[in-house]
Amino acid sequence: MNTIDWKKYLIVFLITTGLFLIASYLSNYFGNQKIDQLKSIQDKIAINILSSETQFALLSESSCKNVSGSVLSAELDELGSKLEWGQKNLGATDEVSYLKKYYSLLQIKDYLLMKKISERCKVKSAFILYFYTTAENCSECEKESLVLSSLRDKYPELRVYSFDYSIDLSAVKALLQIYKIKDTELPALVLDDELLTGFHSIEELEFRVKESFKLQEIKPEEIKK
Amino acid sequence: MVLIPDVIFYMLIFFTVYVQVFFFVTLLENRKKIVVRSGKIELDHYPAVTIVVPSFNEEKTVYKTIRSLLNLDYPKDKVKIFLVDDGSTDGTWNIMKHFEKYPNIKIFHKENGGKYTALNLGLEHMETDFFGGLDADSIAHPESLIRIMSCFEKDPSIMAVAPSVTVDNPRNFIQNAQRAEYHMGVYLKKMLGFLGAINVTPGPLTIFRKRVFDNLGPYRHGHNTEDMEIAYRMQKNRYKIEHCHDAYVYTNIPKTIEKLYKQRLRWIYGFINNTIDYRSILFRKKYGNFSIFTLPMGIISIFSVSYLFGRIIYNLGDFLYSKILVLNTIGFHFTTKIFHFDTFFLNAQAFIFLVILIYFLIIFSMIFGRKMAEGKWSFSFNMLYFFPVFSIIAPFWLLKAVYNTLLRKKPTWR
Repeated sequence: MNTIDWKKYLIVFLITTGLFLIASYLSNYFGNQKIDQLKSIQDKIAINILSSETQFALLSESSCKNVSGSVLSAELDELGSKLEWGQKNLGATDEVSYLKKYYSLLQIKDYLLMKKISERCKVKSAFILYFYTTAENCSECEKESLVLSSLRDKYPELRVYSFDYSIDLSAVKALLQIYKIKDTELPALVLDDELLTGFHSIEELEFRVKESFKLQEIKPEEIKK
Repeated sequence: MVLIPDVIFYMLIFFTVYVQVFFFVTLLENRKKIVVRSGKIELDHYPAVTIVVPSFNEEKTVYKTIRSLLNLDYPKDKVKIFLVDDGSTDGTWNIMKHFEKYPNIKIFHKENGGKYTALNLGLEHMETDFFGGLDADSIAHPESLIRIMSCFEKDPSIMAVAPSVTVDNPRNFIQNAQRAEYHMGVYLKKMLGFLGAINVTPGPLTIFRKRVFDNLGPYRHGHNTEDMEIAYRMQKNRYKIEHCHDAYVYTNIPKTIEKLYKQRLRWIYGFINNTIDYRSILFRKKYGNFSIFTLPMGIISIFSVSYLFGRIIYNLGDFLYSKILVLNTIGFHFTTKIFHFDTFFLNAQAFIFLVILIYFLIIFSMIFGRKMAEGKWSFSFNMLYFFPVFSIIAPFWLLKAVYNTLLRKKPTWR
């Protein structure tokens, strides 16, 4: 009695290792599926933006009725939240950071297009460019994100575009240059071409967003005069 | 980036999976040896057995315990029953006196000194070659003793035989959770028996050869877990302990969380402190699987539960913090968005699959244990009670036992 079957200890070790490999294979498999899902959403959005741009260019000023841009907003939001989740739970893989760059680019394109549409077609809208950082622990950024998503829920006409300050993308860097945003002043917001740095409460931003809506309401009358 | 807490987390999961697979492989190796006898059996010889019933304030249950001993399917003149009243302050002694007239029953009354002293009193008066105890809150199945004795008959090198301890009539969900645990316990004990690595010879009806006590001495206090201490001592002296899976003993289990907590605190405290006392046999090849598998498994499980508990508390704190942050920043507000389920947000990290596997193996062990204890394959939703009850409360008695050990505080019996 009391003999130790070392072979069994080894076999069990190998089985356990095998189970770990299977688990990590499954995890990878589902992770890749999620990334594929993200890619397909992005492709869809890219096509939509491109199509809207083209449509806008073709129709020029003739008709605003046919320009549909508002569908994109919800899709962009969905993609944004999935990307954020993916970054937390899938690990910061190359693919996720690549997708994030692409997402930032799509946001800028959407911003430019929507701005044009709203100006020309007098669509009630407000735009916020939001810059945050993930490179360091930024508790103000967390709070500001909460404020913005709450505002966005409340005002569907408000479009919030969020950008990671540390992202390595020239288009985002250009935005940072235009608005002279420094990493010491994060979170930073751009609303109606005005730069707001640090944390801004929901009451304050709500007031500003409403002001922005009002400005647009006055404009058409001024033009008539 | 790989974080140290995650590495520890995966290592603990690795050990848990390893242990479960180890048991499973042991089962596959020995599956043909597990036969549940349903009818009566006969022995070549019927050696005399002394069974001691140590009691302290057990007036509610001791009557049934004694009755079950009188009903054992074993020659009456070969079962010597010692009823020991360990200084009870209730009606236990009066109930015992009713049984004085039976020729095979002797009754003893002594000052309260703890269960091990009551057992030792029995040892002093014993005249048979076999000795066992039966806790006064337990009931022996009529065929239990003869089945146990058949194990001794088959293999003269066996020094002690432990029965399958189960629960008869669970009343509430706490008891149902424990019942599932006892079924799992039957499975684990059987597998440890195959490995020669049993670490507890339970108070309810474990039968020993007299030689065990002649050679190793009587029961000791053993940090209030004398049935664990004697098993450790036997393992240290490389005495063989066997598990007789179809010898059933039904035990009374705590009805409330508080009583369960006290019982388990005592058990875990006993495990920690007996292991410390017998640390010299840890990781020694010559003490077999007991030293390489059972003890390390117990130690690691204490670490795992403590660590996981810390992790859960941390996550809970993190969650609450984020909720408070939301409340502080944007106030209380109902979102107008309708929550829709999206499979994208299902977590698919590797540990999820492993945890699911562990859960399945645990449920399997309960079902298999139940098969051994009740003779039928069946799944019951009561088994699922085990997970919430034990994962929520176990960390508390575990950490308290560690705390008590560090501060040298001894937990009380009840």
